[in-house]
Amino acid sequence: MTAPAPLVRARDLHVSFVSRDATVKAVNGVDLDLDAGEVLCILGESGSGKSVTLRALMRLNPPNKAVVSGELSVAGHDMVTISDRQLSSVRGKVVSMIFQEPMTALDPVYTIGRQIGETLVRHEGIGRREAEQRALELLELVQIPSAKRRLQAYPHELSGGLRQRAMIAMAISCRPQLLLADEPTTALDATVQIQILLLLRQLQQELGMGVIFVTHDLGVAGEIADRIAVMYAGRMVEAGSTVDVMRGPLHPYAKGLLGATVHSGLRGTRLTTIPGSPPDLRHPIEGCAFAPRCPHALETCSAGVPEFRPMQAGRAVRCFRSEEIAGATTRPPSRTTPQGVLLP
Amino acid sequence: MSDTQQIEDRGGPAQPLLIVKGLVKHFPIGSVFTGKQVVRAVDGLDFTIDKRETLGIVGESGCGKSTASRLIMSLIAPTEGEIVFDGDLVGAAGGISLAEYRRQVQMVFQDSYSSLNPRLTIEESIAYGPKVHGTPHREAGERARDLLQAVGLAPRQYARRFPHELSGGQRQRVNIARALALRPRLIILDEPVSALDKSVEAQVLNLLLDLKEQFGLTYLFISHDLNVVEHVADRVLVMYLGKIAELGPVDDIFGRAGHPYTRALLASRPSMDPTRRRTQPPLVGDPPNPINPPSGCRFRTRCALAREICAEREPGLYEIGAGHQAACHATQADSGYGDSRRLAA
Repeated sequence: MTAPAPLVRARDLHVSFVSRDATVKAVNGVDLDLDAGEVLCILGESGSGKSVTLRALMRLNPPNKAVVSGELSVAGHDMVTISDRQLSSVRGKVVSMIFQEPMTALDPVYTIGRQIGETLVRHEGIGRREAEQRALELLELVQIPSAKRRLQAYPHELSGGLRQRAMIAMAISCRPQLLLADEPTTALDATVQIQILLLLRQLQQELGMGVIFVTHDLGVAGEIADRIAVMYAGRMVEAGSTVDVMRGPLHPYAKGLLGATVHSGLRGTRLTTIPGSPPDLRHPIEGCAFAPRCPHALETCSAGVPEFRPMQAGRAVRCFRSEEIAGATTRPPSRTTPQGVLLP
Repeated sequence: MSDTQQIEDRGGPAQPLLIVKGLVKHFPIGSVFTGKQVVRAVDGLDFTIDKRETLGIVGESGCGKSTASRLIMSLIAPTEGEIVFDGDLVGAAGGISLAEYRRQVQMVFQDSYSSLNPRLTIEESIAYGPKVHGTPHREAGERARDLLQAVGLAPRQYARRFPHELSGGQRQRVNIARALALRPRLIILDEPVSALDKSVEAQVLNLLLDLKEQFGLTYLFISHDLNVVEHVADRVLVMYLGKIAELGPVDDIFGRAGHPYTRALLASRPSMDPTRRRTQPPLVGDPPNPINPPSGCRFRTRCALAREICAEREPGLYEIGAGHQAACHATQADSGYGDSRRLAA
């Protein structure tokens, strides 16, 4: 690819899902840049649009329901207008994806070796036998013990951790430039999660892939990401380097998320919470989407959508009041009443 | 008997609310071709829960923690073992009847949607239990609305809604209200916040801690998330392959863990500090198959400290501190561990 262009470039990306009953505006104007060999974590809660954004990068959203607009290119391919034929040579070769639930992402009726080989046969035009040999090397690369035997195994014969490793092997088989990961460790135990994270980090460095990693877990983001982008209600609300975002989040939502993450040393205290719940994207949102839950919200916050403004080096935040909030010694986000929160 | 009040304390404060003795559950599997096999889901659990404390159970998936919770709730029958509730043997002559036991012990499940009847409004769901136990309809409905208020859902707005009209966090609040409806003394919480988003998780955890105070409850809190357990539990039980690996006060487990498995679990938590990332996985591989667990210590196949003795002899649950026990030969001077040779990896 030509050198200066970023690996991924999205400008004002919109995705909405249209059905007879409602139109859900899942992604409402996302700008995204990813350089080759960079790891970006998109952090957000369910319904924030993080997975839809990720799927848009591979055009995996259902074509008859999803309406995509804006600009989106991956390694020079325009993913909004790409033809189906081109798409099938881009998927797997240029960009590939690992999913949260390997049991449903793998085909239950083919062996692991066959499934990994299929990608190689399709993209590299090698024979079955050679593909099998390459699949074996890949299984060893993702540190599956007794790889030779595992080649003949069906997905149900593997544990969750091994299945996820097999899926990673499949995803990296053609050395893609971009790896997308949709909560790949959420279904795993903590002891296995850390193994998979370390493996992904190692492979990313060895193969020099760009990685976009979607998660709702701040701790996971801290282990793997170079940069973090926080999404809320279909928009980026904060972006910055992992250290900056985790040490000093600027957006009230990112702050709340950090405060609400249970970690050591909070015992005996009440957890700070974000009151209420995320907005329903079936209905249009006036102004800042986070304003109804925000401890710093003023009336003016509902007047218009705040811009995604660059702050210091490499940081951006979508908040009208970010300077005031950052300047003041921040009081923690509102604590709930003893009875919990009366939801709107 | 009135059921609007919590049943009074019978055994006194020194009597543990729940005593679990030798609890075993083996699930038979296999066929005429493969021969008879059993999954040793729970393989000998002994512990107590004191009144008004929170006991946390942690472990990886497949370690038997959910089976244990279902055994204690008597949703499934144990292969062996007995449960004593406030001094009364459960389900035995002269003890406490199953119906009465189930009034005093309630459960909240992980999946907030599938544990509610989709055809009942949430008020009906909450009132269902009290009605079964003989509360008049009107009174049961009133109590349901009081409880909705107590869990932070305005009754006027929510009482007539159906489960699908609520968010996950709201549904979990309904499940908690339903568990409270019979004024239980013990609530079993099986991964109650695992399916929730972080911001909602914190709300529900705060609520659970408040309700515990307000209603004088005792919790059995099951979770795979050590941070959550550290936050809510007074004592922690670490399970591995159907057995207790370690049991002790929360500060001891998190500060002075005795079992290598507990230490590995603790070290597997993301560091929350991007400048100090993990470089080595604390544990490799997955837990072994509970159909055919390793001989001796069940953790030895993944343990960095394993020696020959660990394969030969199963460790007992050794006392390593006040109320702090660990099932590991390495913690004992006289276990023969010191003289034993390292296991070939």
